[in-house]
Amino acid sequence: MRRIEAAKITKAVTELVRKASFFLRSDVLSALRKSYTAEKNIQAKKILRAILDNAAYARKQKLAICQDTGFPVVFIEIGQDVTIHGDLKTAINKGVGEGYKKYYLRDSIVNDPLNRGKSKFSVCIIHMNIVKGSKVKLTILPKGFGCENKSQLKMFKPTASIKEIKDFIVQVVKDAGPDACPPYVIGVGIGGSADYAGILAKKALLRKISSRNSKLEKDLLRQINQTGIGPMGLGGSNTALAVHVQTYPTHIAGLPVSVNISCHALRSASITL
Amino acid sequence: MKKIDTLKAGQEFFLSGTIYTARDQAHKRLVEAVKSGKRLPIELEGAIIYYCGPTQTPKGKIIGSCGPTTSSRMDTFAPLLLAKGLKAMIGKGARSKEVKEAIRKYKGVYFVTYAGCGALLSKYVKKVEVAAYRDLGPEAILKLEVKDFPLIVAIDAKGGNIYG
Repeated sequence: MRRIEAAKITKAVTELVRKASFFLRSDVLSALRKSYTAEKNIQAKKILRAILDNAAYARKQKLAICQDTGFPVVFIEIGQDVTIHGDLKTAINKGVGEGYKKYYLRDSIVNDPLNRGKSKFSVCIIHMNIVKGSKVKLTILPKGFGCENKSQLKMFKPTASIKEIKDFIVQVVKDAGPDACPPYVIGVGIGGSADYAGILAKKALLRKISSRNSKLEKDLLRQINQTGIGPMGLGGSNTALAVHVQTYPTHIAGLPVSVNISCHALRSASITL
Repeated sequence: MKKIDTLKAGQEFFLSGTIYTARDQAHKRLVEAVKSGKRLPIELEGAIIYYCGPTQTPKGKIIGSCGPTTSSRMDTFAPLLLAKGLKAMIGKGARSKEVKEAIRKYKGVYFVTYAGCGALLSKYVKKVEVAAYRDLGPEAILKLEVKDFPLIVAIDAKGGNIYG
């Protein structure tokens, strides 16, 4: 059995907070650069330029890419041959809290969703998975809430057509319109259950943006970019940078589809211990 | 401020002067104060409100990352504040029919600024002080002095609207 101290987890999470908050993901940057080059609408191009300049300025000045430093979602894959010495959940939350404080991020989390109260740096949302081996993989996704607010779930009939599903996904983007900082990255979870489809949609945002996409993803991206919403919703051909779909087996009675929208400031960072 | 009345939707504008940050909880309090006839902690007459809750301020900096938040969450509060003298709002995204109507009625203006570009926008903030509701943390009302803060007119006083 490999033994990992909880303090090591805390330190790793703190570092991931820094990386994710100050340095825009290289795949997101590449996609934005590509959009900038391809965009023909002058105002949209100007906005994309500002987005790229913002990423460069954040990196240089060690400033948060966006003032909404998100609701940190931590995915942890723990090898079954590892024992953690200490309390794992406490270690992760401590790492998040320390990182947010140390790097002057925003205390955006309220403990009581109904009565609100004073906001804090912690806690985060933790998704744990047991995997083979003796390694621990930590990923942080500080999710901005302007775009989280625009996410939707629909429980389709198992006999629903692909067209109905596509139309729903495109409609979710239209509903978000200019509000959630386009160009978006669209995470889609299809299958599983109501809760699991939501997790799939969020996990889909972690996948690197590349040219390797399924036909469904390509079709959806084309349809979404045809809406003409554009950067900041002021028109243009770049409404989304990518559409990522994750699927999972589901029940004969249903077909859950969850859409999680990310703003252009899609931030995440990973480390394997 | 006179210049603001002549602005047209779609136009770029670089703002220099005083603006106040306020978002959800501050709006709730301001509107409750107006409704119960209490004195407001800031002068609304001619004021510009920026829908923003910045990060903490890093050492040696004037302000942290400070971009706009989604304006539509303030839609239920904005018409009353416009009636009480609020001149302009800065945020991101579309507004409700009621807000558009109130902007026309009270000759206000709604600006948008570079969304998701909070680091870049911090360059245009020259001075910061807490104006009210310090207990709200990132949602406190801050008084910002800005210089050449980049804006786009989204809804003008004549009903012009870039979101159609």
